[in-house]
Amino acid sequence: MADHVNLERRRQAIYGWLLLAPAGILLTTFAFYPSLSTFWSSLFSRGTRRRPSEFVGGENYADLFADPTFWKVVTNNLLYAGVTIPVSIAIALSMALWANSKIPARGFVRTAYFTPTVLPMIAAANLWLFFYTPGLGVLDQIGSLFGLPSVNWLGQPETALWAVIIVTIWKEAGFFMIFYLAALQTIPEDLKEAADIEGASRWTYTRRIVLPLLMPTTLFIMVNALINSVKLIDHLFILTKGGPNDASKLILYYIWEMAFAFFDAPHAAAMTIMVLVVLGVVAAIKFSYLDKRTHYQ
Amino acid sequence: MSMPNAFVHVDKVAKRWNGQLGVEDISLSIPRGSFVALLGPSGCGKSTTLRLLSGLELPDEGQITIDGKDVTLAAPSDRNLSMVFQSYALFPHLSVAENVVFGLKVRKVGAAERQEKLKRSLEITGLLGYEDRKPGELSGGQRQRVALARAIVANQPLCLMDEPLSNLDAKLRASVRKDIKKLQIDLGITVVYVTHDQTEAMSMADMVVLMKDGHIQQTGTPEELYYEPANTFVAEFVGAPPMALIDGKALPGFGDAETIGLRAENVHVADAGTGRLTCQVSECEFLGSETFIGLSHPAANGLTVSMPGLKHIPSGQDIEIAFADEDLHFFDTAGKRLARQGGARAI
Repeated sequence: MADHVNLERRRQAIYGWLLLAPAGILLTTFAFYPSLSTFWSSLFSRGTRRRPSEFVGGENYADLFADPTFWKVVTNNLLYAGVTIPVSIAIALSMALWANSKIPARGFVRTAYFTPTVLPMIAAANLWLFFYTPGLGVLDQIGSLFGLPSVNWLGQPETALWAVIIVTIWKEAGFFMIFYLAALQTIPEDLKEAADIEGASRWTYTRRIVLPLLMPTTLFIMVNALINSVKLIDHLFILTKGGPNDASKLILYYIWEMAFAFFDAPHAAAMTIMVLVVLGVVAAIKFSYLDKRTHYQ
Repeated sequence: MSMPNAFVHVDKVAKRWNGQLGVEDISLSIPRGSFVALLGPSGCGKSTTLRLLSGLELPDEGQITIDGKDVTLAAPSDRNLSMVFQSYALFPHLSVAENVVFGLKVRKVGAAERQEKLKRSLEITGLLGYEDRKPGELSGGQRQRVALARAIVANQPLCLMDEPLSNLDAKLRASVRKDIKKLQIDLGITVVYVTHDQTEAMSMADMVVLMKDGHIQQTGTPEELYYEPANTFVAEFVGAPPMALIDGKALPGFGDAETIGLRAENVHVADAGTGRLTCQVSECEFLGSETFIGLSHPAANGLTVSMPGLKHIPSGQDIEIAFADEDLHFFDTAGKRLARQGGARAI
């Protein structure tokens, strides 16, 4: 009897591990191992033919903290995230609320909003390059109609980052709108009716009922937008290449440059680890603090 | 139909969707403080009628007045009414207390008064102690009571209920039915109650409005619907088991009556050779205190005889039945009640 129970238990355990195995193997190969190996290599100096790589501890990190370009890039990325996340969420929400109401040509409106999402980032960047080009670009053409001087949006440090920010918002808002639209459709129609009977205005209903019920979606979008603000740099390659004078350089672009243009893998690894840590902290806040204050249906 | 002091007055109201029938020619007078049930099979237009009263839908034709005020095209919140939804429509992210006072807050009622009204309505519905729970943490019956508490908290004189018991189990339904009826009498409010369950309508309502295909079939007290059905639809809808309908030709001697109606309790089994109809037993339904014996007869539909206690008669067996003439109901070719002999039992 006891033997039989033990066998059964072991069988269950093996079954469980087998189910875990695919995810475990994939995550280990492509996430855990690379992260650890990156962390390990960030602790070594850059090896040259003359001076082989040696263990330097936190020296690579110290170098970065002393590097003004690093701080410039961090500031750029904070501004980039601080503007693109709230603005694209606000636009996505208002578009979704509008596209969810009974308007004519609703299908067309939704498709139109979603189109930027379908475009690859590189294509979108090329499109905007045409908008921004001094003299020939659409923006300048329109400006010249009103007698405004030509502006090199991408070519001057004051406007380059903002020009990149606008492209990102344009690209992301439609994508986030789809999530909001889906969430709006799960809110039962009779909640609106109950609010109508009580005499709640459209604004009161939106603020007291719709927005709280959309909170899980907003959280999800916020995390995605935050990841994208670090991850999405394709358009930099087309639009500005981080310039002029690092004015529009974002952290991942700098990591790429460090690793593949300056061939300084250890410093790139150190920066990667710092990005991982920051994103990990934000995710932890999301899952522990904000989740508890959000109503899930 | 047109009572001068009616609290809610509906006059020839129609609502159509893309030319399709919603409801047509609805006229109703609801006295103040009464309990009115809108009864009918699904798709008959009873919910549409309720939504027209609430203002969630606007009529294409006709006029609605509430408390002497023409509200035909008024917004729901301008009609001084509350509503209990079939799904309860509770706000899932708000606590019980917040759900109940939502409307008071919207109407800018002061905090002290709000608290007092909240406490009173929770007391009435037996929800004290549940103030901070979310709807998701309550049972179905408790959620239903939150919906009731929200409906009564503002003291609106008119309360509309859209199948409020249909999501409860049978046992709970019976007890909540009594609670709602008691609430309505204690508060002196007027209730319009939509249901497809005739037991609910018959046991709670002062006035039942039976509908079919967007038209009112009969308006009257439960007794009137039961003892004087206006047509064969009402006869077959009201009562359990429903009234049996017999082809007029099978029972000669009643003039031009096309169809003759007969209730199970008025039928009794007769000795062989003395019965008025000979039928075959088709099934026996044991209900504890009595057994319904279903009978088949080529000229009759739904004939049933009720016998006390447990009876088991093999199906296929011939049985003779008898009944008194004054228990018969007569309907013409169109199915309309013929206002003459029999059936008109003194009420």
